[in-house]
Amino acid sequence: MKKNQIVPNLQIRLYKSMILTRKFEEKIVALSQEPDRMPGMQILANGQEAVATGIVSALKPEDVIISNHRSHGHLLARGTDLNSLMAEIMVKDKGVNGGKAGTLHLSVPDVNVLMTSTVVGAGPPLAIGAAFAQQYKRAKGITVVFFGDGAAAEGSVHEAMNLAGVWKLPLLFVCENNCWAGAQRLEEHCATQHIFQRAKGYDMPGQNVDGNDVEAVYNLAVELVEYCRSGKGPALMEALTYRMRGHGEQDRQHYVDLRELAIWKAKCPIRRYRQKLLNDGVLNQAQIKTIDQDAETRVSAAVAFGDESPYPGPETALTDVFVQPPSA
Amino acid sequence: MSQKTFGQALNEALTISMETDENVFIAGEGVGVSIHQDSNMATYDLLKKFGPRRVKDTPVSEAAIAGLAVGASCMGLRPVVEIMFFPFITLASDMLVNHAGKLRYMSGGKSSFPLTVRVKAGVGFGAGSQHSHNLESWIAHSPGLKIVWPSTPEDAKGLLLTAIFDPDPVIVVEDMMLYRMLGEVQTGDIRTPLGKARMVSPGSDCTIVAYGVALYTVMKALNPLSEQGISCEVIDLRSLVPLDKACILDSVRKTGRLVVVHEANRFCGFGAELAAMVAEEAFEALKGPVKRVGAPQIPVPTAPTHEKIFKPGPEDVVLAVRETMKK
Repeated sequence: MKKNQIVPNLQIRLYKSMILTRKFEEKIVALSQEPDRMPGMQILANGQEAVATGIVSALKPEDVIISNHRSHGHLLARGTDLNSLMAEIMVKDKGVNGGKAGTLHLSVPDVNVLMTSTVVGAGPPLAIGAAFAQQYKRAKGITVVFFGDGAAAEGSVHEAMNLAGVWKLPLLFVCENNCWAGAQRLEEHCATQHIFQRAKGYDMPGQNVDGNDVEAVYNLAVELVEYCRSGKGPALMEALTYRMRGHGEQDRQHYVDLRELAIWKAKCPIRRYRQKLLNDGVLNQAQIKTIDQDAETRVSAAVAFGDESPYPGPETALTDVFVQPPSA
Repeated sequence: MSQKTFGQALNEALTISMETDENVFIAGEGVGVSIHQDSNMATYDLLKKFGPRRVKDTPVSEAAIAGLAVGASCMGLRPVVEIMFFPFITLASDMLVNHAGKLRYMSGGKSSFPLTVRVKAGVGFGAGSQHSHNLESWIAHSPGLKIVWPSTPEDAKGLLLTAIFDPDPVIVVEDMMLYRMLGEVQTGDIRTPLGKARMVSPGSDCTIVAYGVALYTVMKALNPLSEQGISCEVIDLRSLVPLDKACILDSVRKTGRLVVVHEANRFCGFGAELAAMVAEEAFEALKGPVKRVGAPQIPVPTAPTHEKIFKPGPEDVVLAVRETMKK
């Protein structure tokens, strides 16, 4: 019997985090349909909010996150400053990485989102480095790396899991299984439908969870994070969810069965949780409305902040390659 | 000063770095317990000296080894990892090229990656093209990575120490054919600056630039050239990125001629960059064509008869110099 870690204050936090992520990404969708407003690829995790919120909420400040191309939820759940995050996604000078990351390569070391990699499957080998540093320094933190079911096909993921298993690193592997790798369905790109079962091969615990049930995600994350923190080694968690939009915003999902999309729409983690909180009397309609409006207000303010910032000036294009650049 | 082999000098650099800074650790395949029980190997006896916490034998996983270095360096450690043979760097290249070299830029300068990758290179031990393949121009072509290539025991020690304490990712190439070479090495913590070439011997007619073991091929060509009345200025590049442009350009402005020698394939090799640089920046000084001495565009062969064709010899250097001298 798993321990239920959920208390009402936490429930409200989980809801706020998910709705903020949803509103934030909905705004990106809207802006990306306007000309020249959102340069670059916009890769969103609409419908997957419960995974990011549930797991990141189970972490301590000293824990390190390695993210991927669908990173907005991880960053927002971690409490990244909304304004500089939106400005970065708009590739502006006031962005958290000075407009050099864009939406895909966000890194916010201030909140221990150490780095993101959009090279699919590159997160896990980077994460063994971070987790090794924690083990080496005898620090209390653990590392969490998020990757998708598509990334699970990369050899680098195997290398990282094996090494983490051999060295017993404090590392939680989180597979966000959203049922799609590009335009390929899970059964077309993955030999097994249960990626968490691979944990056996690396002598680590592996468990799966309904990734659209934020409390279930949170409870399992608390359990596995504690395991990793105890020094016993790595663990693998698979959260089953669904990619509600295309791979990126240019992808019109012509290959997706609309009936399947409707089924998953009905399982929307936010709608589901809102209903639960109403049923349980944790929040009433008016309170929900206030929270939702507050999220929208914050997102609009962030866009205004981004709009006011210029693009980075030409003088920064050649900087930041090296700490100690060649003198010539 | 004391006499050390190239390998012992590397070993001394690793030892000093680990004694100096608790954040230095080393990792790789067989860096602790090696199949070679040889005191000329860079990591010889380090496991005994520093223990398994700091000397990490890894699985045969080059992507994981390089990822370990990138992730750990971003957390403030100074990893020194080994990729056993140069061609295996292709297995680690995503972590090096797409991550070590790019993540600092994309973080807007927020993150840094003070990591060192040691890689063994060399042609001439009959192992063929999957153990021998000099890929320095791949690395040099990738922004955000530094690459150095010592040719003496003293520089092996000094460049490795500088690389380890440099704040950026540095690839240190170790020519296997030099591991047993003896030379004078200063004791203690010595640092050879990155981006400074070494003037090996001054001359007036032709500049010859080489690095690593190719330098000794050049040295063997000097006598026959001098017998023909040609005085060559020899530069040991030591560091490809950063590049000591001034040293090469100054020399070419003096001699009016340039020959570049390396063991990598000549086509798109590092010599092409030096030739282009001189053509762009010192064209007016040139008295003859820039010549490149390198390997033909074939994989490194295994038979000694074929290896000889692959690897540039002193006679190839003599020929190149004579061609640019039109003698």
